[in-house]
Amino acid sequence: MRFVDEFRDAGKARALAARIAALCEPGRSYRFMEVCGGHTHTIYKHGIEDFLPEAVRLVHGPGCPVCVIPMGRVDDAIAIARQPDVIMTSFGDMMRVPGGQGSFFDAKAAGADIRMVYSPLDALKIARAEPGKRVVFMAIGFETTAPSTAMTVLRAAADGVDNFAVFCNHVMIIPAIKAILDSPDLRLDGFLGPGHVSAVIGCRPYEFIARDHGRPLVCAGFEPLDILQSVHLLLRQLAEGRAQVENQYSRVVPWDGNPKALRVIGEVMEPRPYFEWRGLGFISHSALRIKEAYARFDAERIFDLPGVRVADPKACQCGEVLKGVLRPWECKVFGTACTPETPIGTCMVSSEGACAAYYAFGRFSRERVREASRT
Amino acid sequence: MCLGIPGELVAFGDDPPDLATVDVSGVRRRINIGLLEGEDLRPGDWVLVHVGFALSKISESEAQALLQFLEDMGQAYDDEIAAFRESSP
Ligand code: SF4
Repeated sequence: MRFVDEFRDAGKARALAARIAALCEPGRSYRFMEVCGGHTHTIYKHGIEDFLPEAVRLVHGPGCPVCVIPMGRVDDAIAIARQPDVIMTSFGDMMRVPGGQGSFFDAKAAGADIRMVYSPLDALKIARAEPGKRVVFMAIGFETTAPSTAMTVLRAAADGVDNFAVFCNHVMIIPAIKAILDSPDLRLDGFLGPGHVSAVIGCRPYEFIARDHGRPLVCAGFEPLDILQSVHLLLRQLAEGRAQVENQYSRVVPWDGNPKALRVIGEVMEPRPYFEWRGLGFISHSALRIKEAYARFDAERIFDLPGVRVADPKACQCGEVLKGVLRPWECKVFGTACTPETPIGTCMVSSEGACAAYYAFGRFSRERVREASRT
Repeated sequence: MCLGIPGELVAFGDDPPDLATVDVSGVRRRINIGLLEGEDLRPGDWVLVHVGFALSKISESEAQALLQFLEDMGQAYDDEIAAFRESSP
């Protein structure tokens, strides 16, 4: 078993598709939000929507960590990178994300030392190799990624690598889902839960969605069959009048998550009173910062940051896309002024961003054709 | 970013002890397994790899159960289709 190909079998996908169609009540339509950008990516890469009946619509959620970074934070990171003797390190996804004054790529072209890394541990390695420099890791991501940053800080502390620091932009999924549930302009029938976030936080934190909002949530894996089966489980709950949290991705997600990962996050980080999300605005207790005890690894304390709030460009409709209100190609600049090479908004940057996923996998044209053939 | 990939554990290091080598479709890389404290890990086990860390041990039995379920569902579907075909004049 390689845990990939087995979950891409076309025959099984067709069987699931038939079950899904059979569960749809005639005349009813269903809107399910896939919270996680990883799901958005799979859905467009594998054309999952082609297996779903018209009545089932997947709505993209806010779970692309690159997409929700506000412009002001990008500017702050670039301000750090421009300091003398600083090496900024970042996941490749982040390099093209536009701030108010350009992206990491632009800053690099202008002379800043910004390097792409695969892991925060690679950033730590650079810090060891370059004791005369201060090496800052641009930490982004949900609870999936936060434990890795925390572990790296703990290792830096244990080994006394004092020229290493983290610019912490980790965000939390539950407050984002709450913000979505409180948004008045969105009707949703259920959620595909973010599988890899859940590997860390487990399934319990979602219980309020079922209990207080009467919406089912299914923690879903990332292969095509995972997504189809999760849609099937959601529809079955609705057909039976249930709203519960179910775990489709049990091969990876333990019901209680990863206790060690939660512990290291709690050791190194604490919730911020509030944090700005691109498109969603300020959400309270929605992000993490480095605790006082690890202040010497906290770039926010080490450097003076401009901390200026920058409004998104007028043309950008990422907020609507992130909330699932607008579909990517409905944005006025999609594919014209805004492309992966010259993104205006963040959703066009990461392969997990809804706009980039549409753009890369030709959904744009197919959707348009489908839309046109309807009228 | 949140994409994680399944990798097979092939070797453990002892220095430092929380490093292990995984194989991801033929590519080998050292990753950190410190987040899987308390898990009984052996060569041949599969883990979910994310930004250089093993985030979760993948359960082969859960994966098998799911595939079997889908297999049965597919079988039932094929039977239904066959029955449908035979019933139609
Ligand atoms: S097309 Fe560009 S500006 Fe419009 S929503 Fe997508 S990423 Fe944002």
